Amino acid sequence: MTNALRLYMHYLGQSIRSQMQYRASFIMLSFGQLLITGIEFLAIASLFARFKHIQGWTLPEVAFLYGLINISFAFADAASRGFDMFGTMVKSGDFDRLLLRPRSTALQLAGYELTLRRIGRLIQGLIVFSWASYTLDIAWSVPKIYLVFIAIFGGACLFIGLMIIQATIAFWTTESLELMNTMTYGGVETAQYPLPIYRIWFRKFFTYIIPLACVNYLPSLAILERGDPMGLPVILQWVAPLICIIFLIVALQIWKIGVRHYRSTGS
Amino acid sequence: MPKIANHTSSLAIKSYIAVFSARFRTLLQYRAAAFAGFGTQFFWGLIRVMIFEAFYRSTTAPQPMTADEVITYIWLGQAFLVLIPYQGADPDIRAMVRSGNVVYELVRPTNLYFFWYSRAIAQRTAPGVFRALPMFIMAGLFFNMQMPPNIPTACAWLVSMLFAVLISAAITNLLNISLLWTISGEGLGLLLSSLTWLFSGIIIPLLFFPDWAQATLNILPFRYILDIPFRFYLGHIPPEEIWYHLPFQITYLIALITAGHLILTLGIRRLVAQGG
Repeated sequence: MTNALRLYMHYLGQSIRSQMQYRASFIMLSFGQLLITGIEFLAIASLFARFKHIQGWTLPEVAFLYGLINISFAFADAASRGFDMFGTMVKSGDFDRLLLRPRSTALQLAGYELTLRRIGRLIQGLIVFSWASYTLDIAWSVPKIYLVFIAIFGGACLFIGLMIIQATIAFWTTESLELMNTMTYGGVETAQYPLPIYRIWFRKFFTYIIPLACVNYLPSLAILERGDPMGLPVILQWVAPLICIIFLIVALQIWKIGVRHYRSTGS
Repeated sequence: MPKIANHTSSLAIKSYIAVFSARFRTLLQYRAAAFAGFGTQFFWGLIRVMIFEAFYRSTTAPQPMTADEVITYIWLGQAFLVLIPYQGADPDIRAMVRSGNVVYELVRPTNLYFFWYSRAIAQRTAPGVFRALPMFIMAGLFFNMQMPPNIPTACAWLVSMLFAVLISAAITNLLNISLLWTISGEGLGLLLSSLTWLFSGIIIPLLFFPDWAQATLNILPFRYILDIPFRFYLGHIPPEEIWYHLPFQITYLIALITAGHLILTLGIRRLVAQGG
């Protein structure tokens, strides 16, 4: 286990070094990313300037949800680029090489590349999150800080799990499924607003099937000390993010089934 | 002499049309991708529609557009998303620049700009065929997407849509040309496609941006790709105002094509082909 972790760190170090070879390009790309997400947030802010609130949630409160989910997603996105590339690896037969090495395939793919330019999203998420926490004047306590950390961690687990499932499908289709982006990118978009604004079937989908509510909406209720119109037990707000760790473990098991099923394309 | 010139120019146009239709038919082959794309866009449309519905439930203050108008606007955006070059340049041209095969493009007895431009038009239209139609049907039947209120409105929409395609293809072609500058071109290309993404009306209808931003949005060409055509569709802009907007669309189109031409000439001049 420690050996695997050391190897993973080594992979990441290599990846960072190789990306730093093109420093100007790196800076420009991450700045571009920051600009895009920045203006996208400005668009949300201008909606609030016109509508004042969305079902009782004000801009800083929505910004809190927004910051939290974007931080989680930035971590997940940076760490799972290998799974993102997986469809093309299956097609070209490059995946065979991974199978020859005496390490788990999931580890090798996770360490494939730490995409640094995703740092733009992380910085922007942190800025929005800090602004929201400052404006809302949250009474921080140890349990609340713990909740923020497990919410981010759980969120990252959820998105990595989703990306692994998306990649696993490629074992059968040899094509990565664009439709799964609705769960990842679509999930981020959804979680930027409080869940009760959506239609009931949609809410249920993102609570019980994809446990998105567990890493964003529910813990935020506890931190912002708001009531839950959906009426879920309060204790859930404090432990819900941990459910996503189970989600990731399940995703890894599905991945293993996929690897066993794998047949090289032969190219 | 004039007769020959005429003959060659009509030949050239024929060859561009041939390039366009070949590329168009190739791109039509990707039915599974189109179907997946439709599913994704439909989902996005649904999220956006629900967000706006919730906003409209939360206020009684007058807004720049009615709730029904915004909903149709969102569905139009999802139906014609392919007009935004958010996936960057033409992948085939990218591969040619990487491999060096781009020099073969220079040998062709056609104008390279318009050769690539014809491909760009196909790229901005073909993938939309299997996405726009189902979107109109699904969103129209189940999710409150309206049809244009009358014939003049529909005509004004179609005219501005045609130029939207041409403008969007000219921007795509700038992305293609920026590939000639590999690394730095990639950054600039990303910047251009991001600007198109942000200021065409896909994230929110442009009228919802703050009032102080409106003047800037109005002088940018990006609103002519989605925002203005969609507002013609809704009847939000009266159809007779096409005579006001059309000259702007044509001017932007000419400016973008001219700029593309110049930059392409510069790019070719500094192109070094490695033999071997």
